[in-house]
Amino acid sequence: MRAERLVTMANDIGAFFDAESDKAEAARNVANHLKKFWDPRMRREILAHYREGGAGLNPLVRSAIALLAESNGHDRT
Amino acid sequence: MYSTDYIDQGTPRVDSSKTVTLEIDGVPVTVPEGTSIMRAAASIDRRIPKLCATDTLKAFGSCRLCLVEIEGRKGYPASCTTYVADGIKVRTESPRLTQLRRGVMELYLSDHPLDCVTCPANGHCELQDMAEDLDLTQSRYGLSGANHQHAPTDTSNPYFTFDPAMCIVCSRCVRACDEVQGTFALTIQGRGFQSKVSASQNEPFLASECVSCGACVEACPTVALTEKSVIELGRPDHAVTTTCGYCGVGCSFKAEVKDGQVVRMAPNRDGHANHGHACVKGRFAFGYATHPDRVTTPMIRGSINEPWRQVSWDEAINYAATEFRRIQAKYGRDSIGGIPSSRCTNEETFLVQKLVRAAFGNNNVDTCARVCHSPTGYGLKNTIGESAGTQAFDSVMKADTIIVMGANPTEGHPVFASQLKRRLRQGAKLIVIDPREIALVRTPHIEADCHLQVRPGTNVALFNAIAHVIVTEGLTKENYVADRCEIDSYRKWRTFVAEPRNSPEETAASTGVAPGLVRRAARLYATAGNGAIYYGLGVTEHSQGSTMVMCIANLAMATGNLGREGVGVNPLRGQNNVQGSCDMGSFPHEFSGYRHVGDPAVRTMFERDWGVALQSEPGLRLPNMFEAALDGSFKGLYVQGEDPAQSDPDTQHVTAALAAMECVVVQDLFLNETAKYAHVFLPGSSFLEKDGTFTNAERRVSRVRKVMEPRAGFQDWEVTCLLSNALGYPMHYRHPSEIMNEIARLTPVFAGFTYEKLDRLGSIQWPCNDKAPEGTPTMHVGEFVRGKGKFFVTEFVPTSERATRRYPLLLTTGRVLTQYNVGAQTRRTANVAWASADRLEIHPHDAEVRGIKDGDLVGLTSRSGDIVLPAVVTDRVRPGVVYTTFHFPDSGANVVTTENSDWATNCPEYKVTAVEIVKVNQPSAWQKRHREFTDRQLEFLKGGDVTHA
Repeated sequence: MRAERLVTMANDIGAFFDAESDKAEAARNVANHLKKFWDPRMRREILAHYREGGAGLNPLVRSAIALLAESNGHDRT
Repeated sequence: MYSTDYIDQGTPRVDSSKTVTLEIDGVPVTVPEGTSIMRAAASIDRRIPKLCATDTLKAFGSCRLCLVEIEGRKGYPASCTTYVADGIKVRTESPRLTQLRRGVMELYLSDHPLDCVTCPANGHCELQDMAEDLDLTQSRYGLSGANHQHAPTDTSNPYFTFDPAMCIVCSRCVRACDEVQGTFALTIQGRGFQSKVSASQNEPFLASECVSCGACVEACPTVALTEKSVIELGRPDHAVTTTCGYCGVGCSFKAEVKDGQVVRMAPNRDGHANHGHACVKGRFAFGYATHPDRVTTPMIRGSINEPWRQVSWDEAINYAATEFRRIQAKYGRDSIGGIPSSRCTNEETFLVQKLVRAAFGNNNVDTCARVCHSPTGYGLKNTIGESAGTQAFDSVMKADTIIVMGANPTEGHPVFASQLKRRLRQGAKLIVIDPREIALVRTPHIEADCHLQVRPGTNVALFNAIAHVIVTEGLTKENYVADRCEIDSYRKWRTFVAEPRNSPEETAASTGVAPGLVRRAARLYATAGNGAIYYGLGVTEHSQGSTMVMCIANLAMATGNLGREGVGVNPLRGQNNVQGSCDMGSFPHEFSGYRHVGDPAVRTMFERDWGVALQSEPGLRLPNMFEAALDGSFKGLYVQGEDPAQSDPDTQHVTAALAAMECVVVQDLFLNETAKYAHVFLPGSSFLEKDGTFTNAERRVSRVRKVMEPRAGFQDWEVTCLLSNALGYPMHYRHPSEIMNEIARLTPVFAGFTYEKLDRLGSIQWPCNDKAPEGTPTMHVGEFVRGKGKFFVTEFVPTSERATRRYPLLLTTGRVLTQYNVGAQTRRTANVAWASADRLEIHPHDAEVRGIKDGDLVGLTSRSGDIVLPAVVTDRVRPGVVYTTFHFPDSGANVVTTENSDWATNCPEYKVTAVEIVKVNQPSAWQKRHREFTDRQLEFLKGGDVTHA
């Protein structure tokens, strides 16, 4: 899928949860939303985009995708 | 006339806890206080003669046939306007009463043709019945005096005629238009002998304000107002009770049939959603079911550039199954998916999602709710715990202040609108929040107390401002919140909305709404007593659709307006079974009953029942499927009764995605826009051709019953079974009731459902289980479904779709009364007499600066594409905003809408598209290409190959 579209969608999610003052909590909320509602291929592609530098991703979404990357690592083990 | 099998009780039912006991013809009768003598008599099967009375209308007392005698009272009071009283003794028959009634009837008959035998109403006419009861076949006054026998018949309405010669001027039609429909289009013109039923200013019905709901036809006791289909086909021989296949109101109808053909759809006076009322679509626009455009033979083809080849069901099904398996073998298990239909039954949508999960082996299933009310599901689930409206429609009759936001009930949900208008005429306050001046803002006997003409895309800012007023002026219900909500979440929300930046004064620059008006609306809602919110797609189809639904739930909780009658959060669902399709597990992340596929306990239950391992990860949503098709990872789609090529945003993106797939299977009544990109066409069945259930916007599950045989041989659920069997996953149901039993077995909120119970109760609102064996009209009583209600901070995040120098206007979309959704059904009916094309509404100021006049062709351009439409210059829209509908594929309204979507659900932002308008004189390039493409596909339908023609 187009990385540009996935970035927009992820940033839109981040914009909602950014209202949470606890940014760690906000990042967990974004990551949970992605896990709950995004098809695995979409998550794989946003992860790949993140690993390639994550152009266009806002800071909160970066943190969330970092959590996803981490949990993916755990899942593999 | 009302349905042929209905027994009219004369005057409306009275709900009173106090009862009165009287004696009628020597029989003791106990009825609620306030009941008419006529209705009390009917309750013991004493049918007092009547003509001007019917039980959907207030008593009128004009025909003087229903006279009775009351012991100890003078005279002969009309039983329709005389109430029961304790201990009175009533006589409904006596020689004197008969004499008086005969005298009245003879006067009626002196100006009414006595050719009953050849009359279309013969056998179903109250005048005829009364004359027979009084043993009258002629009048002593004869027919030679002045009469109306040569008055011209008005045949202008496509569906019914008005013949003044047959009219007895009982005013039932006028009163029905006033009291039932609330349009006030009819009147009695003239006085005495000159009295005549008149539409608007004595205009033909079609040209008048009449909205063709048919309430007048229903109310008419003679043949004066009669369906043309009755005149043409004759009196029906039997009736089947079923549920309308149009909007989310879910009206109950008696489909009246003769020789296997529907003669008319008579609204069911016992219907729990509609109470005997209907609209122009449900009552009259059923002709599409027998339209010659129906495709009734399965077809296949290798590519969309080839003619269709008619084949047997076996060949079509096997071809589709083989293709799907080939694609999965080549591109992977997740490379195909399915879309169930919100127009099909619960049982059918349940089977399609089962087919995808169990036979396809993935979760790539999504429904058209994705593009309408998916934010409702997300927003309500998270705040109050259930993805559905909280009330029954009847609840509105106890509301004191009503907010209608982003909905246009008189066009989209007309039967509910009539009920709403009844409540408003009783004095309830109305707040309309909409960029357009919808009809409810000012309509006969109704004027909204506030119209907040919000700028498209700023709903959340506006609702935060309303909440700001309520919080800062101390209008919240603190005890209610403390008792029923998560207090930490409430405090966060309260602090947030109280910030000065959320005040009406600070947000006015964004919303375009005067602060004083916002404050007035906030106070009206919060101090109402019972405040109820009704909303539509103007709330959900935004980049902040889910946030906005949360705003609504926050406000309802903060003001204590949830958990009893008269209040609530009420999404007006668009299609007949869009609520049901969501309930049945049509979303890629959840099973029926809104349970996530990642929940091991739930998934295990389904795996055991279905005997197959299921995926624990969410599948692709509809827009994601199209994205994946364009990147090459999604290659096959089974579409049952939906038309995303017309209904979904950014048409050129959707059609490119469809064209990129290797096997698109469309199951539909017609060769719709999506079917033009299909490789397999499976003929669908209309709602008249199947058994099952629909669930309306108030969670009411009602039976759909087969009225005529499926024209292509199978009901839609049977076709899904055939496909599943061919894919190697057996589905062997003998009747939809067996599918409902499976739904009940696997879905806690449906646990108490059976067809037997539905037949017995008429309809049931879910949840229906051990706790609520006969259903749940009002949800969240005492406690929210999620336990404590949760508030969410709803920061306003402006959409990226903004007016610019290049695209200075904002387009928003909606619908008209006479057309339905993509128009596949209503365009194939006489409803085109009212709306035969999509039109663009533009404010006079915006029109003038562009040199545009009413009726001019205008080019509408956005960053997605361009189309051409005729312009309507009107101040219904505010300056800077333009509006159109999406009912006609040739206009292509969704060519200009964009891929912007709700952050949580990907529901498209149909309601905000930045555009520019210019005057033009020819169709757009897309429209020309679309016309050529359609012509070619229609040639292919005939089996022709235009490339070699």
